[in-house]
Parts: sequence; C-alpha cells; structure tokens
Amino acid sequence: MPKDTSIRSVLIIGSGPIVIGQACEFDYSGSQAIRSLKEEGVEVILLNSNPATIMTDPILADHVYLMPLNVASIEHILQAHKVDAVLPTMGGQTALNLAIEAGELGIWEKYGVRLIGVDLDAIELTENREAFRQLMVSKGLSVAPSYIANSYLEGMEAAQKIGFPLVIRPSYTLGGSGGSFVMREEDFPDALKRGLSMSPTHEVLVEKAVLGWKEFELELLRDAHDNVVIICAVENLDPMGIHTGDSITVAPAMTLSDTAFQRMRDEAILAMRSLGNFAGGCNIQFAINPETEELIVIEINPRVSRSSALASKATGYPIAKIAAKLALGYTLDELKNPVTKTTSALFEPALDYVIVKMPRWNFEKFHGADTRLGLQMKSVGEVMGIGRSFQEALQKACQSLENGRMGLGADRKEWIRTEDILHRLEHASEDRIFRLKDALRLGVPERTIQKLTRIDPWFIRQIKELVKLEEELMRYNVPEDIPREFFLRLKRAGYSDAQIAWLLRVGEEAVTQRRIELGLRRVYKTVDTCAAEFESNTPYFYSTFDGENESQPSDRKKIIVLGSGPNRIGQGIEFDYCCVHGLLAIKDVGYEAIMVNCNPETVSTDFDVADKLYFEPIFWEHIEEIIHLEQPDGVIVQLGGQTALKMAKTFHERGIPIVGTSFEHMDLAEDRGAFSDLLKRLDIPYPKYGVADDVDEALHIANEVTYPVLVRPSYVLGGQRMRIVINDEELERHVLSIFKHMPQNRILIDQFLERAKEAEIDAICDGEQVHIMGIMEHIEPAGIHSGDSSAVLPTYSLSVEAVNTMVEYTEKLAHALSIRGLLNVQFAVKDDKVYVIEANPRASRTTPFIAKAYDVPYLQIATKVMLGTHKLSDFNIQPRPKGYAIKVPVFSFEKFPNVDKNLGPEMRSTGEEIRFIKDLTDPFFRELDRQRYMYLTR
Amino acid sequence: MISRPAATLLLADGTLFKGYAVGKIGTTTGEICFNTGMTGYQEVFTDPSYYGQILVMTNVHIGNYGTRAIEQESDGAKIAGLVVRNFSEHYSRPMANNSLQQWLEEEGVVGISGIDTRALVRHIRNKGAMNAIISSETDELATLQARLKDTPSMAGLELASKVSTSQPYVAGPASAQFRIAALDFGIKRSILDCLIARGCVVKVFPAHTTFETMEQWQPDGYFLSNGPGDPAAMDYAVEVTQKILAADKPLFGICLGHQILARAVGIPTYKMHHGHRGLNHPVKNLRTGRGEITSQNHGFGVSLKAICAASDRVEVTHVNLNDGTVEGIRLKQHQAFSVQYHPEASPGPHDARYLFDEFVDMLKKAPVSAR
Repeated sequence: MPKDTSIRSVLIIGSGPIVIGQACEFDYSGSQAIRSLKEEGVEVILLNSNPATIMTDPILADHVYLMPLNVASIEHILQAHKVDAVLPTMGGQTALNLAIEAGELGIWEKYGVRLIGVDLDAIELTENREAFRQLMVSKGLSVAPSYIANSYLEGMEAAQKIGFPLVIRPSYTLGGSGGSFVMREEDFPDALKRGLSMSPTHEVLVEKAVLGWKEFELELLRDAHDNVVIICAVENLDPMGIHTGDSITVAPAMTLSDTAFQRMRDEAILAMRSLGNFAGGCNIQFAINPETEELIVIEINPRVSRSSALASKATGYPIAKIAAKLALGYTLDELKNPVTKTTSALFEPALDYVIVKMPRWNFEKFHGADTRLGLQMKSVGEVMGIGRSFQEALQKACQSLENGRMGLGADRKEWIRTEDILHRLEHASEDRIFRLKDALRLGVPERTIQKLTRIDPWFIRQIKELVKLEEELMRYNVPEDIPREFFLRLKRAGYSDAQIAWLLRVGEEAVTQRRIELGLRRVYKTVDTCAAEFESNTPYFYSTFDGENESQPSDRKKIIVLGSGPNRIGQGIEFDYCCVHGLLAIKDVGYEAIMVNCNPETVSTDFDVADKLYFEPIFWEHIEEIIHLEQPDGVIVQLGGQTALKMAKTFHERGIPIVGTSFEHMDLAEDRGAFSDLLKRLDIPYPKYGVADDVDEALHIANEVTYPVLVRPSYVLGGQRMRIVINDEELERHVLSIFKHMPQNRILIDQFLERAKEAEIDAICDGEQVHIMGIMEHIEPAGIHSGDSSAVLPTYSLSVEAVNTMVEYTEKLAHALSIRGLLNVQFAVKDDKVYVIEANPRASRTTPFIAKAYDVPYLQIATKVMLGTHKLSDFNIQPRPKGYAIKVPVFSFEKFPNVDKNLGPEMRSTGEEIRFIKDLTDPFFRELDRQRYMYLTR
Repeated sequence: MISRPAATLLLADGTLFKGYAVGKIGTTTGEICFNTGMTGYQEVFTDPSYYGQILVMTNVHIGNYGTRAIEQESDGAKIAGLVVRNFSEHYSRPMANNSLQQWLEEEGVVGISGIDTRALVRHIRNKGAMNAIISSETDELATLQARLKDTPSMAGLELASKVSTSQPYVAGPASAQFRIAALDFGIKRSILDCLIARGCVVKVFPAHTTFETMEQWQPDGYFLSNGPGDPAAMDYAVEVTQKILAADKPLFGICLGHQILARAVGIPTYKMHHGHRGLNHPVKNLRTGRGEITSQNHGFGVSLKAICAASDRVEVTHVNLNDGTVEGIRLKQHQAFSVQYHPEASPGPHDARYLFDEFVDMLKKAPVSAR
C-alpha cells in the first residue's frame, strides 16, 4: 500500500515539559518523525511548549507553535493552517490524551482533520484497563486477575476477591502515577484513595500481583496492511513489581528460550492486530512465571515511548522514523532499512552485543521522598551501556551514570554491613545492583539473593563471576604483574582502569600504562541492526576489547563534542539541544563532527545527526581511547553542561586541544577564590563569601559575612545541598550534614542578599566583540535556584541603569576570562546595585530558551565562534522578540507525595515551558508575579 | 568465567583465531557459517540441515538457559563444531535439564569461545563460505592445515543420506485424516509436529526410497524435507520427485525439499556466497502481499532467472525482501509448492505456519483418485 497522497500537511503534538515518566525521548521521536514526514514532502506543523527541544527548532518543522498543550492551542493552529491529519503518537501520553480530549470536543471533525497512526478507539482500548482486559481474554491471551473500581467501596470489594499482595493501577495516568503495590491489607485504603484521585476518570484497576515473575517488553511496528515486526525484546533484570522505567533492562533477552520467546511474540502480534486501526510503533509488556513459563499480558502502549527510544538506540533501527512513514500509509515491505540502506525495513534486528539500560535517580533532590522502587517511576533519566557481554555492558552503564562510580563497585563505595545490604536487597532502591554485588562479595549465597530480589539466577551468577575475577586480581601486587590474558579478561568484563587501580591500591595511571604496554586498547564495533550479516555504513560505534576495529578515522579535520550524559535535575535536555546545534555547526564549517554520549533518550545519539557517533560513557578512560584513535583537532566541552566541562582539566593536562575558551580561564570562573579576586580587580561587586574546611571555620565566616548566608558544597550540580541559614545553630547542623554526605567537599558560604532581584545574561564572545544574547529577569526573588525561577526575557522591572551595568560587567568578564564561545553570568540586584553571583563559561540552561524566543540559531553561531572559523561580525544577528518570553519551571512533585514542595536554592524542577506574552498586563504573567513570594523558603 | 583449556580456530584461507575450548575436547572440521538468531540455540544445533557445518553464533551469549530434552529438532547435535563469543556453563531456566556444556560433551561437539565472532562473520561475509577447523587438542598449524586440507568442500557434497533415517517410521495417530509420505533428507521434528497438529499421520522414509515403495503405503500427499548438502548431488531424489509429480500427488517441500522440487522441473540451483541463516529474514508472500519474518538455514538457492524463463510452468510465490532471491514456488500444472525457508520455525517466528494449513487444504481439495 503506497503512501496516502491526500495527506499533505500533518500536525505533530509534542510531549511538553520534561517530567518524571516523560523525558527527552519524545524530543528524539518527535524530531525523527518530523524529518521522516518532511522527506515525504509533507508540510509539518508542530505544537510543543518545551523550548529546550530540538523538535521545536525552525530547522525541523515548517511551522512551530511554542504554545501550551491544550485544546485552545490546537484550535488556534487549525484556524491558521489547513491541516490534513494529526499524528498523536509521537508525544507520549500527553499527546495522546490531548488528541482524545480534542476528539471528544469534536475539534478534529470540525476542521476535517484525520487522526493518523492510531484512532481514538485503539487509544481508548489500551487506556481503559477493563476494556483491554476483556479484549485480551477474548483473544485467548492471559492477563492477571483484576477488577475495575470507580469508588472506594468497589475497590475494597475487589481487594477482598483478589487477596494480597495486589496492585492498584489508576487509568489514564503517566509513568505509573498513583499506582502502587499493596502487600498488607492495612495499607490498602490509603493506596486506593490515592489511586482513585490520581486518575482523571476516578478509576483504578485492582489487580493480582504477580510478584517475582520475570518482565519483558517487546517493541513492535505494525503497518496498515497488518504486517507486524518485533524490533527488540527487552528483558527487565528487575522482576515484576518495579516500574520498567526504574528497572535495569537488558537486550537482547538473556534468559529466554526460543519456545518461551516465540509464544510471547505470537501473543504480541495477536494483541497488536486486535487493536483496530493502528500504524506505527507500539510497546507491549509481558510477565512470565519462571517456573512454569506461564505468560500474561501486562499492558500495551499504542505509541512510541521511552522504551522504543531505547530500542532504537539498542538496535540501530529508527522506530519513530519508520512509524511516521507507516502513519502516512506506507507498508513495511515498501521501505528500506535506513541503516543498511539496502535491506528491507520489514525485518527484525539481530544484535551481536548486549545493551544494559540503567535508570538515573535524583532522590537527593527530594528530601523525605520514599526512595523504594515500585510501580511508579521515580528516575529522572537513563544511560545505556553497550558491550560484547552482559558484564561489560553493565559496567559501562555504571560508568555512564555520572554519580562517581567507576563501574559496578570496586571503587571504594561498597557497603560492608551484611544486615544493611540484605535489607536493601529486599527493599529495592536506586543502589540495589551495587548492593547485590556487595552481598556476593561478603559471601551471601546466590540462592538467598535470588529469594530476596527475585532476580534471575543467571544475572546473579554473572555478577558473582565479577566478584571472583576481583578476588583473582587481588592476588597481584602491582599492575606490572598482571599477565596479558588475565588483563584482557578483566577488560572484557568491563573493568575500568580506575577499578583495577582501586583493587590493587595503585594509581590509575600505572594500570593504564600497563594496559597500553600489553597492547590492550579499545576497538570499536558498529551497531548495524543485522549482526554484520549485511554491509552497513552507519557510523554508530561502541567500544569493546576484541580483535577487529571497525572505526576507521578519516583524514578530515575533526571535532569531538562531549554530551551531557543522563538527564537529571540541573542538567537536562537543554544541553542535548546545545550539542546537536554544535554538531550542525561543525558540519557546516566542513569539519567532521564526532559525538560522544551515553543517553539513549537524546537526539544527539541519533545515528544520523553527527558524522560519527560513539555511544560511550562520558568517563575519562573511554574518552581518552576515542581521542587516541581519532586524534581530533579539538574537543568541545562548552555544550554538554557540567559533565563535559569537568573533563576540561584532564584534557588540558594531557595536551588535548579544547575548542574555545581555554582551561585556565574556565577554571578561573569555576574557582571561587580566584574568581572573586578577578571581580575585585575588575571592580565588580559580589556578595561577601568565604570557603571553609570545617565547622569552626564556617561559623567564623558566616558571622563575618553576616546572616542570612547561603551555604553549599563546592562543585555540585543544580545547587545540590545548597541552603539559606539564619543562625549558628542551623549553620552547624547543615555543614555537618554536608560533610557527612559529601566528605570530599569544601564548604562555600555566601552572603545572602535578601529580597534582591535575580537576573542573568547569556553572551557570546569571539575575543574582540561581545554579543549579548539575552537578558533575563527572574520573577521570584533571590534565594530560589535560577533553574526553578520563572525567567522573563527581556527584563521587565529592572532599571535601565541596572541593565546597562549588567551588560557592562558581562563584557568586562568576557574579556577578562578570554571567552571564546559562550558565557552565562548570574546577577543579584539589590537597591539598584548589581552584584555578580557567578559566571559559567559554557552553554547555560537558558541558551536554548533565548534561541527559541528570539528565533536566532545562537548555539550554531557560538560553536563557529568557538572553532575560530567565524567572528561575530560574520553574522547578521537579528533577534525577533515577540513581546516577552517567560521560561516557566515544571516540577514532578506528584511522584513524591511526602516531599516538601517549597522551593529554595537547590534546584528541583525537571523541565520547563515557554510562554509568550504581549505585555505585562497578561493574566498569566500577573498570576506568576502575584505569587512570586509564595515559594520562598528560608 | 571459569578458565578452560585453550583452543584454536583456523579457516581455509589461513585466518587464525585463539580462544577457549567448549564442549568436547577434540578436533573437528566443516564448512564455517554463521547464524544471527538470538534464541533457540539447541534447536539450531540439532537441526540436521547443519550437518557438517561449523556454526558461528552471532548472539554474544550462548548457553544461558541450558538445554531441554524436548526442545530438539532431531535425536542429537548435528553441527560439526561451534564458535561463540561468550559461553555460559551456568543456566537459570528451571525447565531445563542440562547445561549446554554437559550437553555438548555428551553429544561430542567440539567448540571454541572467546572469539571475536563479529570479525569472523564480517570475514565470512566478504570472503564467502569456506572450510574451517577447531581444535582443543593441538595448536600446531601444520597439523591443523593438513586436517583441513582433507575436508571436502560442501559444493557437490551429498549429505542428506547421512542424516536420513535408516528405517521408515510413522509419526502421528494412525487414525488421522491424511496420510503423508515424507522423504527424509534430515527432517526437523517440528515439521512432523506441524503436520500432525493439522490432522496428518506421517510416514518418514529414508532418503533413498523409491516412489513405488512409498506408494504402497497409499499416502494422500508427499513431503520433501529440509536437509544438508548440495541438491545438485541428489539426482536420486529428483527422480522420485518427478514421479510424484507425474502421478499428480499433492506435494510440499521445505528448504532442501524446495531445491529438489525446483530441480525436478528443470530449475537449476546454485551455491550462495554465504547463505541465509537466522530468524529474521523478511519474505514477501506475493499472493497476499503480506510480509513474514522467517527462520532460514540454507547455503544453496534456486535460480530466479531460470524460473522467469519457465514462467508457463513455475510461479514464484515468495521472495526475499532483502536480496530478491526466490523463497517459494508453486507449479502451475501440479498440486505442488515449496518454500526455501522454514515455516515450522523452531527456532524462529511462527509467521509462516499457515503454509501447513495450505498444504492440508490442498489435500482436502485433491480428487480422491489422486489420493
């Protein structure tokens, strides 16, 4: 069936701000869908309120509407454009829900817009848990016994019939919101009430809990001709009971026989074909009883999802891109596999490697949160490790997490108290996999661990083998003693040099030196969808220790961009936006653009964005090996947030060229003492401050700068553990708590400018000229983290003098810091006096926002300036302001009901929205402004 | 990762790999080929079509779920040797009853692990199928080369009679509606299961059985099985097939059976560069337009050009969506059809099991005189 030529214009609905359960994976799928539709000559109109996304860039869609995701915005668009069809399957549950709402109001009918990809009945079937259950049963598929409840009474009745343990699943919610496992009868009433209130239809499913069953997910594509292919089968290492977004997952399935897998595949296809009209990507989850191999269907998502983004990165098969074409009417057999370019898209990828996805949590940002994992997703991001064995992939995933781990343990962060460890095995939290290894190291039997965790024994044995390898390693005294064969085994099991060094209690460099002497270097293999059966030229690589290296460096001039790793609070999608634009700029000036990143949700790790993609941890050893192979002309660290920036020191020490601002100058901005000296020299006011190494010093400094003071550890992200304290007693308590949790850190104490206004500037400097990209004024007063503040562009209440002073200080700093590229400066303005709070010599959270608000490709300009190929004067920069733009923070507090929701100096928002207002009489602005003191905490 | 003895893999073109011994300690030779399936290793190892082949598994972990006696496609291992990246002696599946290591030892299969299988596959993809030797007894090159030299090339090799049953046997209930005579060139157990499940009783005859012998059992239809080796060396089977066609009996062939059917109507076969082996090969059914994901295992193919020239007699019913090769044919003047791939799957997707239904439909429609 060829494409439907009556579809000439398509509206794509995005997923809005990043919240837990719906992150940048939808920027990835949306961007792919837009490109895919445009390839077909279709006019694409996009609605999304999230300015930090690539999909909302003018480089992609024909018309971008940065408006709230509501029916009014849809009507506004439909009045302005002739839209033939709407594609609601690319923007997660948010987009599906909005499509349903607009459908119920008759909007689509009114404007003659067709739904493509999925119809409302199919969405309804998968969302209405009772209807879904009945459908599955009618098709002969098993589901867990369950009852639907619309009231407290019905819920209690259902529980009585099913017994405990059971599961409560609210209908129509996101990321398992409101869902819970109930083990004991006495916990049921509260859980039921919560579930009912979370569901927009006041409906929950009370379901028998299949505790300890193994969980699998299948990613499928179905076309209008009912062809179905399984792109990837993903095995959850954590069994049923932990949300798949919070589970460590592995592909291909490791412990599944063909008999069991084919039954699952048959059922998935049957279920999928029973869904009515559907053409695109979908996800289906199964639970399997390990003893009997009995199978039940858990749920279906008739849209691309977090797991389809993961499956795309895991297999190389671009699900969203193909799904968009299927929505236009193409069938799979008419399309080519975009990776091999010669074989068919109607095909099931074969993997000759293992991927391990690990979630990234941010519990430290939600004090008082219940950190136990369960039905409701709590992680904020994820990483993927690729290797030629499960062990290697798992350790690479650990190395990608950006939480200071060097791999799976063997890095001084181990626990040693068996009782504590066993407790953590039974009550899973973010560290369970690490505790599992601790338990094995302490000699806890595999069977005991399996009983407590219900993790498949094969995985436990794999980790046990790591413990044994470590025991064997510890028989050697120095790296020089390790024979080549054993060293190779360690590296193939994913050990970083840093872990080996820790186990031998020697320096990492000694280990690396020995490794290089032995000729053990990483080789790179291609992710090609077909296990090398066919030729493919996709430049998508991962490292391993094996014979053949497939990544042949070109002789072109080349630049490496370091990505920002997993999404987390304080470092999210905005940095991926920056990286993608960096890559575009590098390509534009004719250099080879090489991307390194490990976050499977991102656009930067799409196989055709960079010239070459290394899907590798942002971890020194991996980066060093890539640099060794590629010999790049420079590395860009300004675009990937703090993750990339903190590697600058090592590059500098090793003589690896850093693009743009030099390390010395970046360090000057980062080092509090040196920076303050610089401010003093430049005659720029700054809050009084001091640096303390112990409590006595802290007390002394606090009294000197006078209370209230801002207390924080040095070198953290998003103001972690930053507090405002008002007296000695509070100070002492907080400083002690910082030392307890972050023993390596020093304490910074700043004078807190009460009731000051906050403002910030993003600028580009080429060494001569400074261009001010935007000046933003925060609605909320000082004391709230800039990432949690509503930022208005341009300023709306600051005096002309203050603004001029800010610009002047920015220019002074840009020159003093010899900035080549980006600079972000944060200000406090009190009684019309401007203070500089900090300067960041890199892309900031607000750069994408300004680029969107002013419609200027600032990141590309900045990258070209960094590279030195262009001066600012080469560009004709014409910002197109539309009234005021407001960056509004968005929080995910509903996932943590018991957490204090007050805001303070520690960032807690997960995403952002953009709002355009004509003037200050706008009711949205007035409401924000009216509430500006409401969130303030001490 | 228990330390195992060293082992060596040498290809006919001199390429050398070092690894660790798995399975039986010993030496083995055969044609090297690769399979890209991610599940079903035991079914693959026991598929008689792999007879005489050293198999490279591209899936990087093999052995994880052990072995289970009832998940076999024949009475035992048929592969000549095994090459893997990571071998798991430990398994976790409660339903399994043996570890793969134990099973391979019992089956006498020599294997090697720790190999850069991807590099090896890329090598085979570029250079084509060739003979190879694995040894965990000696790493002396001269010895290995000498043994390798003595290994015959797969082209022109008749292997079906080596894996065929020596005596006829009956599978399925005697009371079944249809009687199928199957010529066993290395038949997979799940083919019998698929036929039996659809109301057939199957009598399995040795490869060298005459048409007349089979006729005495009064079958309603005939089946030509899969199997190893070069169809060009099987004129005996081609002749029997011609007689089945002349009698206008319903006939279904799979894989090697498909190649024999083609040769019986004058369509030549050829040795492919490196064959199709895996569980993800896309095939398009030209009659329905529907795609199917198929399980495949063949190193020889049927000539498309020759079929086009014989389009008055032979119709292409299925094509491979990747390379356009012939995946299925139907004879226009006979009740006979065949496919190159494995509709019985095991291992692999069940998308094409409808072909067994079509065969049974053909039996139902066949005039009683033809039965």
